Amino acid sequence: MILRRPFFWLVLLASALFVFIPLRSNNVLLREDLILVAVAIILASNLNLMIGYTGYVNFGNIIFFGLGGYVGLYLATVRGWNLMLAAVVAGVAVSLFALLFGLAILRLRGAYFALATIGVLEAVQAFVSNFNPWGRATGMYVSFSAYQPLGGAMRALWITYYLIIAVMALSLILSLAIKNSKFGLGLFAIREDEDAAVVLGVNATVYKAIIYSVSAFLPAIAGTLMFYKNGMIDPSIAFELTLSIEAIVMLMLGGQGTVMGAALGGGLYETLRSYLLTSPKLSSFHLVIAGGLLLLVVLFAPGGLIGWLYRLAPRARKVIE
Amino acid sequence: MHFENIFLPRWIVKQVTLLAFVLVLLASVGFCQQPITIGFTVSKTGALNVDSLEQYRGFELWRDQVNAAGGIKASGKSYKVQFASYDDESNSKRVQQLYTRMILEDKADFLFSPYSSGLTATAAVVTEQYGKIMLTTGAAEGKTYTLGNHYLFQMFAPAPEYLKVALDALKAKDPKATVAFVYEDAAFSVAVVTPAKAYAQQQGFNVVFSEAYAPNTTDFSAILDKVIASKATVMLGGGHYADGSTLGRQLYARKAALKMITLLVAPDSEKWVELGDAGVGVCVPSQWEPQVTAKPQFGPTVAQFDKDYRAKFNAEPSYESAGGYAAGLILQHAIEKAGGIDAAKVAEALNATDATTFYGRTQFATAPNEHGLQVGHSMVLAQWHKDKSGKPVKQVVWPLASKSANLAYPIR
Amino acid sequence: MSGILASMIDGLLVGSVYGLAAMGLSLIWGVMNVINLTHGAMIALGMFGMYLLFGLVTTNAYLLLLPVIAAGLVLGIVVYWMAVHWVIGRSELMSLLSTFAVNMMVIGIGTTLFSTSPYNVNFSLPGITIGAYTFTGNHIAAAVSAVVIALALQLFLYRTRPGKAIRAVADNREAAELMGISSTAVLTIAFGIGIALATASGALVSTMFPFTILSGGAYELKSFVVTVLAGLGKPAGALLAGVLLGLLEGALTPFIAVSWIPLIEFGLFVVVLVALPHGIFGRATA
Repeated sequence: MILRRPFFWLVLLASALFVFIPLRSNNVLLREDLILVAVAIILASNLNLMIGYTGYVNFGNIIFFGLGGYVGLYLATVRGWNLMLAAVVAGVAVSLFALLFGLAILRLRGAYFALATIGVLEAVQAFVSNFNPWGRATGMYVSFSAYQPLGGAMRALWITYYLIIAVMALSLILSLAIKNSKFGLGLFAIREDEDAAVVLGVNATVYKAIIYSVSAFLPAIAGTLMFYKNGMIDPSIAFELTLSIEAIVMLMLGGQGTVMGAALGGGLYETLRSYLLTSPKLSSFHLVIAGGLLLLVVLFAPGGLIGWLYRLAPRARKVIE
Repeated sequence: MHFENIFLPRWIVKQVTLLAFVLVLLASVGFCQQPITIGFTVSKTGALNVDSLEQYRGFELWRDQVNAAGGIKASGKSYKVQFASYDDESNSKRVQQLYTRMILEDKADFLFSPYSSGLTATAAVVTEQYGKIMLTTGAAEGKTYTLGNHYLFQMFAPAPEYLKVALDALKAKDPKATVAFVYEDAAFSVAVVTPAKAYAQQQGFNVVFSEAYAPNTTDFSAILDKVIASKATVMLGGGHYADGSTLGRQLYARKAALKMITLLVAPDSEKWVELGDAGVGVCVPSQWEPQVTAKPQFGPTVAQFDKDYRAKFNAEPSYESAGGYAAGLILQHAIEKAGGIDAAKVAEALNATDATTFYGRTQFATAPNEHGLQVGHSMVLAQWHKDKSGKPVKQVVWPLASKSANLAYPIR
Repeated sequence: MSGILASMIDGLLVGSVYGLAAMGLSLIWGVMNVINLTHGAMIALGMFGMYLLFGLVTTNAYLLLLPVIAAGLVLGIVVYWMAVHWVIGRSELMSLLSTFAVNMMVIGIGTTLFSTSPYNVNFSLPGITIGAYTFTGNHIAAAVSAVVIALALQLFLYRTRPGKAIRAVADNREAAELMGISSTAVLTIAFGIGIALATASGALVSTMFPFTILSGGAYELKSFVVTVLAGLGKPAGALLAGVLLGLLEGALTPFIAVSWIPLIEFGLFVVVLVALPHGIFGRATA
């Protein structure tokens, strides 16, 4: 049972802290920093389901976030739906989209799959840039009055923050649950040796399509919430290839294949980036520093921070999953 | 023999006393001086880099001049101006984080907008939420102002005005021209071209071609082949500096037989001269040109601004820079009138503003459904000509009342 | 002259430069199974290399291709030993990330040095005018240069000893090592040549279009499309696929809005990848 895993309670505790610390001190600045951290964690931990668990490098992962933002924002602002309903429907819609595409491109393996995901990302971006109901390349704007149902912009931003934290907690719990399930074992088998897994009776095609689709659900919801908070969405910010790759970097930094690794990597990377960007001395070097760090991790610590921790203290595996 | 001469010559004693006196005076002034912080993001990197930096220079010049004059004076206090600014990478992703940071951590009292309509819309969500006044420069698109804001004030004449001047000038020269629109698919240029198309048809022009291109386009071969095939005689469009300057070069290299080319924003930049002959003859709708003289009620005259700007940056001011400076000036005026930096009072003063500065007239709409929209400012059409020595110069060609040269039509 | 013909000629000219860029990507993939994510940054460096050299010596810009290629070769060897050598044979994620890390650093340094403003190489050759359409001299010269460089590479790969060694390692690294070929030396050279091709194509692009330090990204994506059309790891096919892609763009644009072109290209890319993983020219060398 997942309730017996200590890590489950750790996740809940951490999420509670994310909610209460900025709330108690009414520290909006902290909230703005933490919301970006939470989104980074959501992206990294759902990507982990593909890369870390199944061994498939999804370069187009940001597509789920962006499409979710578009579908959700369209429903919430143009169609006037309730925000939460719009977000969930966006999640379902994007998951279905992922299932369809997954069945097609998951026949490819290794680098071929990675390339295909870049292709899908660029094709979808090009499509949305020409799609009139979504405002083509100009995108969609949220009117200030759209925040009224949630009690004005000030409250609406707090509410979206709580929702994002909830999505973050769900992402981590989802990762944990899959890791400790039979389904998860099947995924690990595919990662280690797909052909052998098939021989052993793992229906790899179905497993891969399902996990691809599952990994789309929560990022899509987060996309709706984030772009609603942002006030606008356009194709260049919704489908930025760099963000996809940054999510991979976060995962590597923390340690792929572990729940904690995704969370830690997402948190650290985002904190580092926003520190470097606003620090007057280092802001022109932020890419150099982030790139150098990544290179060091790849060459010298491919297991990331958690891999390093496991080697240092093998018993940590029991608690930090 | 005077002893004091052995130790210190008298003139030094005199100077030192004077200096000390001045220092004491300055210090005492300093004590009743309060800094006022204005926050904004600049696109130091990314696609909007060139346009954004020119606006930033306008801010800088204003700040330095205000501070040199002892700060903004209101109700007996004087406020020194300081800036809090960050790089937004021409990307709206971090704009809210940065504006929140400026409001809460840097304690910005007032804000200027980022460059471009898209980033401004994102920033506005935050500034409205905190009830902070934001003067928007470099954000002509009007949709943001219809979303029910209270504290936005637009410095630029709104988007529908841009190509109107060009079409009016064209109508006077060649009412039978066939028109092609080729424009960037981005918030600003779409907001400009959509009403312009309707206006062109209403004026009886035959619009033979209209197509938007992706914001990062560098290869215009395909779209220009289509313009040529459409047999258009006039092309209007463009977007920002990067794409507009490329479009200008490629039109020239392909010897497109157009009688008039009007591009948004790009030809106004001081960097446009780098295009050499390719840039000559191209028109640009402009928010401000040094040739248009306005009698300022306060602030520098046109000539003064032009001179100071050149002296400081060794470059020609563009309308982006003038808009930046004017944003500061209008804010300063409103603070002086409001007698302090209380946001509600300053907003009231801004709502009541109807002023002429070197930048021209400025007045904001006050109706709730379009609050802050610029309604006082009018635009001109400028065209690149060659002066007698063959150097490219920008001349105002429309409206006729402000013109400094005749519209060259056809270009070549 | 009809618009569609003009548009196809334009497509052909630019397409050969896409093809040259893709050859670099394809060669590296073919020899060492690495998807080189520094590709875009290297194209951008080629652009700035040309810009800086042209600023130093004002001559025919196309003569400056040679020093740019030489510099690219050296740069490629440096990058190989910095980031690629250590991940050869490890999972593709590692090489993707190590090359991406170098990409980030190059872009970071480039942004500090050149900001992200557009630059131009102010050199132009007289064009050819047919009817209302003019084909610029630079486009023609760039296309010709691309073809010449591609042919030179082909000669190198098939007629010289080191070239044959590269092909042998690409075919079967272990067998080649048994034959006494030092695979490390071959991989180093091959990576260097791949980067040299990227910088050369960047230099050619810089004579046609303005560029920023970030421009390489768009050409990198184009290179992916071309490489996949040709079949991964087939540099010779890449040039042809680039030309075909250019022609296709040229043939389509008179009929649809230019903004739809990327959708068609990337749609084609995914379909070809899934349906014809060995490219549109079949599995000749697979």
